[in-house]
Amino acid sequence: MSLPRNIVRWFDDRLGGDDIREFLAHKTVPVHAGTIWYYFGGITLFLFVIQVLTGILLLLYYRPTPAEAYESVQFIVTKVRFGWLVRSVHSWSANLMVLTALIHMFSVFFLRAYRRPRELTWLSGMALLFLTMAFGFSGYLLPWNTLSFFATKVGTDMAGAVPLIGDFLVRLMRGGEEVTGATLTRFFGIHVAILPGITTVLLLVHLLLVQKWGIGDPDGHAGGKRMPFVPHFVLRELMAWYGALAVLGALAALFPWELGEKADPFAAAPAGIRPEWYFLAVFHNLKLIPSTIWIFEGEVLGILALGAGVIFWVLMPFWDRAPEGEKPRLWVTGLGVLVIVYFVVFSLLGYYT
Amino acid sequence: MSEKEPDPPSSDRRTLTKTLLGAGFGASAASFVYPAVQFMIPPEIGEAPVNEVVAGKVSEFGANVGRIFKFGSRPGIVVRTSSGEWRAYSAVCTHLNCTVQYDSDERYIWCACHNAKFDPDTGAVASGPPPRGLDKYDVNIRDDDVVVTRRA
Amino acid sequence: MRNLAFAVVLAAALSAGLPFAASAQQKDSCVECHSVLEDNLGQPAQLFADDIHRESGFSCADCHGGDPSSDDLEVSMDPARGFKGKISRLETPEMCGRCHSDPEFIHRFKPQQRVDQLVEYRKSVHGKRLAAGDEQAANCIDCHGVHGIREVSHVLSPVYPRALPQTCARCHADAEHMREYSISTAQFEEYETSVHWEALDVQGDLSAPTCATCHGNHGAAPPGVDSVAQVCGNCHIVFQRAFDQGPHKEAFEAMGLPACIACHANHAVLAPSEKMLGVDEGSSCVNCHSEGEAAFEVARQVRQRIDDLNQSLADSQEILDRAEEAGMEVTEGRLQWASANEQLIMARVQVHSFLLEPVEEAVSEGLGAADGSLEVGREALREMEFRRKGLALSLLTIAITMAGLWLAIRRLKLPA
Repeated sequence: MSLPRNIVRWFDDRLGGDDIREFLAHKTVPVHAGTIWYYFGGITLFLFVIQVLTGILLLLYYRPTPAEAYESVQFIVTKVRFGWLVRSVHSWSANLMVLTALIHMFSVFFLRAYRRPRELTWLSGMALLFLTMAFGFSGYLLPWNTLSFFATKVGTDMAGAVPLIGDFLVRLMRGGEEVTGATLTRFFGIHVAILPGITTVLLLVHLLLVQKWGIGDPDGHAGGKRMPFVPHFVLRELMAWYGALAVLGALAALFPWELGEKADPFAAAPAGIRPEWYFLAVFHNLKLIPSTIWIFEGEVLGILALGAGVIFWVLMPFWDRAPEGEKPRLWVTGLGVLVIVYFVVFSLLGYYT
Repeated sequence: MSEKEPDPPSSDRRTLTKTLLGAGFGASAASFVYPAVQFMIPPEIGEAPVNEVVAGKVSEFGANVGRIFKFGSRPGIVVRTSSGEWRAYSAVCTHLNCTVQYDSDERYIWCACHNAKFDPDTGAVASGPPPRGLDKYDVNIRDDDVVVTRRA
Repeated sequence: MRNLAFAVVLAAALSAGLPFAASAQQKDSCVECHSVLEDNLGQPAQLFADDIHRESGFSCADCHGGDPSSDDLEVSMDPARGFKGKISRLETPEMCGRCHSDPEFIHRFKPQQRVDQLVEYRKSVHGKRLAAGDEQAANCIDCHGVHGIREVSHVLSPVYPRALPQTCARCHADAEHMREYSISTAQFEEYETSVHWEALDVQGDLSAPTCATCHGNHGAAPPGVDSVAQVCGNCHIVFQRAFDQGPHKEAFEAMGLPACIACHANHAVLAPSEKMLGVDEGSSCVNCHSEGEAAFEVARQVRQRIDDLNQSLADSQEILDRAEEAGMEVTEGRLQWASANEQLIMARVQVHSFLLEPVEEAVSEGLGAADGSLEVGREALREMEFRRKGLALSLLTIAITMAGLWLAIRRLKLPA
């Protein structure tokens, strides 16, 4: 046997290659009609990996202080070879990832894959969604341009509406009373260390649970047919990933992410400041609430109502306890449609008004 | 023994598939790895010239000489006064943003647009319409380089 | 009887005048009485509250004479005690000058204040006419106010830069008032169309010229024909230097033409444009020069070169905008464009030498910089093309891979 083969064999023996191959040979997944929805979880994972890789590359040049953040991003985009590409991919992939995560969540919802025994998978998935949005929120500030500065200001202001601990929350997020360099440092640490750490753990939990309980097969759509994980499913998964890659590449190259103007904390906020698209619905909703309702502050009521809604959604597995395989309750489907409509309508309102 | 549908007769098909897959994976992998590697190689200028710029060589400046240089996206001016001291300021006139120059006859920094004069020792307005003096920069000499830094 | 009535009035006055009495160092019966009278007897006292003279400790009596320490009209308004009553218009300058021309006196209050206003005034058209008995001519109080006089630097003073043109216009734009003088009354109207007024009134630039800037204030007189360029040159120094270098200076003086005003007007100074330059109909040059003259050719060429630079700037601006919109970074190009633009400004200055060489120098340098920025823009667009090709290539590799995957998937039948 040749030397390279011997080396591979040496590692294989010690890493339990036989066991892995044995396991993979027997792993199967359901064959579903309307399969495309089942791939969004994997695509989200794929985009996360891209985020980590491009993020690490960006870390080689980025500097997290108000004096240098914007300039370092400008440097990356103009002077570093393919810097424009890495940065644009990172920004676009972030947005795509939130989108695919949401699609994944709604797919799971409508296919009732949150039901027993997959409640924990749903809960960990919801947590991952919130982590993704936290990634987006913290990362948005890092280029330190006008848009990101004021969007962060507005976004952290909203936290002040939480009753009792609102002000403390705002100070905690901002690292002070206002959005300053302290905020930037804090967001940077959160974005590259804290969130990745928590996300990795939760992601492992999520994937292990999926492995344990298998991909959901509600009311046996495929009549119980299953396909081998390797190579059938893997090939299809790769197809989806490459498709996502093509979309990402095209977006990053044809619609490069803008640099904007360096943030000036003392300038007036430009008109029409708003947060990222995935926060628009909530943001606009809060804006529309009158400032006082009866004896309560409108914003506080809004935050509480929103919080209650979110908690209700997160606890779906406990409201809908029908056994796996049973047809969906009408109210569940209705709720899902309602949420999507709310999200779309308020996001559009937030964007155009 | 259960009948299996025969595989389509195609060692050609198989080879095509394998070739496409192999070439595809290889080429696409290369098209990701290549930019990533290029990215990691530092560009000629090691870092963004934000706050520090070499404005010229010491040998270019005798006493009572002033020169314009580029500082980021705005012009700056370095003056070596008649007593041999170094000064540097933003060359953007605080009146209406014209670029100032050094007048070695009059020993003033001068703005041609509306005849404003700035004191070269302090950057303060000596006469004319500007509302305030020129922004000051620090000057240090490193070997033969005149290094101008601006405070963040 | 009169004394009784007066006592009643005084009682009322005292209560009304108490604040005055409290703030004044000494008793000032003039203000106490007059502040409760009506119309033109009461107005001076009311206005006097804001007067700079009052703040410095002067009273009515310091100009009008009399004795302000007495409540008795016979005493306080006694001619024997110096009471003059209303000062005549013809005597006003001398009266003001009593203090304001006395350096020792004035410098006790303001060490740096000028004391030559009266001397200047006497030399001016206003002063001479007044001295000749023309009561209509402007004197001190017409411009500075009379009882509520504020410092010149005070925003509410009638001679504060932003208010000064209107103050002059009160007479000079009044056709009725100016009927017997043989000068125009259109100056203020013309001035309102000018860039100087725009700078002063709209942009609030206090260094913009008002009437007094060019005409002087106390020694008001229009600048002489041969000194117009000097007057304009006080601010527009680079233009004056260029003008002095060129052939127009002597030519204009010989012809009695007032330098800058010949093309730019005196009051209606409008924003200049390239249209004034060159040999097309409507330009300033063809007013004097006709085809065949050497000067005509110079005018044509100067205009041509300026147009060339303008065009080059427009072209590179357009390409830079296009590149930036497509996501490319072009600050280096913008910088070069800015320096080309500065050369255009310099060229426009050199136009006033009415020689081709200085203009050509600036234009050439400008074109060099504009070319540089154009190149940056082109480079950016080339880079954009490169990126699109790169994208196409990677999309191709992805497509190949996906084709291979698809084939492989199809080949693998799903197990029964």
